[in-house]
Amino acid sequence: MKTLHNSFESDGFVLTSIDHLINLARANSLWYLLFSTACCGIELMQTGGPRADLERFGSAPRAVPRQADLMLVAGTITLKMASRVKVLYDQMAEPRYVISMGSCANSGGLFQASYSVLHGVDRVIPVDVYLPGCPPRPEALLSALIELQNKVKKEKYLRKK
Amino acid sequence: MSAALKTDYLTINMGPQHPSTHGVIRFIIKTDGEIIHECDPDIGYLHRGIEKLAESVSWQGFVPFTDRVDYVCAMNANLSYSMAVEKLMGLEIPQRAEYIRVIVSELNRISSHAIAIGAANMDMGAFTPFVHLLREREHINDLLEMICGARLTYNYICIGGVNYDLPPGFKEKTLEFLDHFEVVVEQINRLISYNQIFIKRFANVAVVPPEMAMQYNLVGPNLRGSGVKFDVRVAEPYSIYPELDFDVPVGEGYEGTLGDCYDRYLVRVKEIRESIKIIRQCLQRIPGGEHKAVVKNVIKPPKGHIYFRTETPRGDTGYFIYSDGKTSPNRLKIRTGSFTAMSIIPEIAKGVFIADLVAIIGSLDVVAPELDR
Repeated sequence: MKTLHNSFESDGFVLTSIDHLINLARANSLWYLLFSTACCGIELMQTGGPRADLERFGSAPRAVPRQADLMLVAGTITLKMASRVKVLYDQMAEPRYVISMGSCANSGGLFQASYSVLHGVDRVIPVDVYLPGCPPRPEALLSALIELQNKVKKEKYLRKK
Repeated sequence: MSAALKTDYLTINMGPQHPSTHGVIRFIIKTDGEIIHECDPDIGYLHRGIEKLAESVSWQGFVPFTDRVDYVCAMNANLSYSMAVEKLMGLEIPQRAEYIRVIVSELNRISSHAIAIGAANMDMGAFTPFVHLLREREHINDLLEMICGARLTYNYICIGGVNYDLPPGFKEKTLEFLDHFEVVVEQINRLISYNQIFIKRFANVAVVPPEMAMQYNLVGPNLRGSGVKFDVRVAEPYSIYPELDFDVPVGEGYEGTLGDCYDRYLVRVKEIRESIKIIRQCLQRIPGGEHKAVVKNVIKPPKGHIYFRTETPRGDTGYFIYSDGKTSPNRLKIRTGSFTAMSIIPEIAKGVFIADLVAIIGSLDVVAPELDR
């Protein structure tokens, strides 16, 4: 840190691409929408808790979709809820990402045979990372977040059409 | 209020995505300024058809579904269903299994109340107690993970006993945890329970008199918060509870009126202490022997029906099962505490502030999947 500080003393410069710099900032501030439907919500809470500490990855909970970059679909999505999930996703500002957490959000999981459960949240909104488990452990959720960060870092944000 | 100041009612929507509704519950609220005039709960956003699914899975195969009926206290839900089927079959289970069952369900009761207390605080704007309680809950998760390998949905208590015996070192670790947690309960009391800001938000809000609580069929801590001393563990004893020594805490109007939000909250804190007492006794007396009775892989309980209820953290959970002697239940109905707790909200939410509705939901400890099933 000392050497870095010294190099800026006499108008030093850093060589990097704008994309890299922007993506670095974006990847490390993926604020997630506080939205949990079922069992995975408790594991999401535990991940936000002291042991796993989701916030050290720059991921803070937001109650309002407008402020959120990331939607963690934690839990079963029923047919009644599906349209509301779409509304919430539409309310989020771009660029926006979705992690489908747990078997229920991935495919309906244990409740696939049920008459009232949506077979995977990807039928309503696009999903970036699928996270298996019923429910996934906090470590798994952290891994999914890192996976998403890697994806964000590779994006060409300025040249995005 | 004079006629000139009379305003129109404004209808607003709370939920289904709302951080303080504990899952997906929607309230359609008619407000008069900041005062709630009418509150209409809209449920079913998490209706997964679990009761119907029971008709297509085997008897043992339904145990994982009971985990998801009430994930905050999955062990208790396992226990209710397993005991109902055992009663239907007339199955005797080993004494050791009974003790293990009580230990794990009381551990889970502590973790469930920890969430209830923490979430109620978070809804009131106090984030710190919630984080403290999540830290403590991790210890219970570790203990239960030691037993069965799962953190939240255990599938541990099964028909005929429990799936695995206690691992070596479990007793010592549990005792260590209990010693630690007794101190934590005191810290919680110092941090929250006697905190004037918290008392001001909870005391004298949404009073449920004892008669009203019984009319609306409130159960569990919500009923006891209104001063009615009813606990299924004592009133209709099951498992080894008659041999154990514990109190049933009731609300006494600790900070004002009997049956207010604060009473319901404090009953939960006191119940944690009772659970610690129960676990200590069980760990002392636990006998050796088998942990599971001999049960066939495919079971066919005799024709007939049964209703069996146990005390879970959210009141008594009852399983009505109708069997026609086949490999899966013919009809299964789950009766849960959250559903009746929800039915009282339109009544007690009349005339309170919008912010107090959050206190009501928090103090009643409504959990969405248990409500919708």
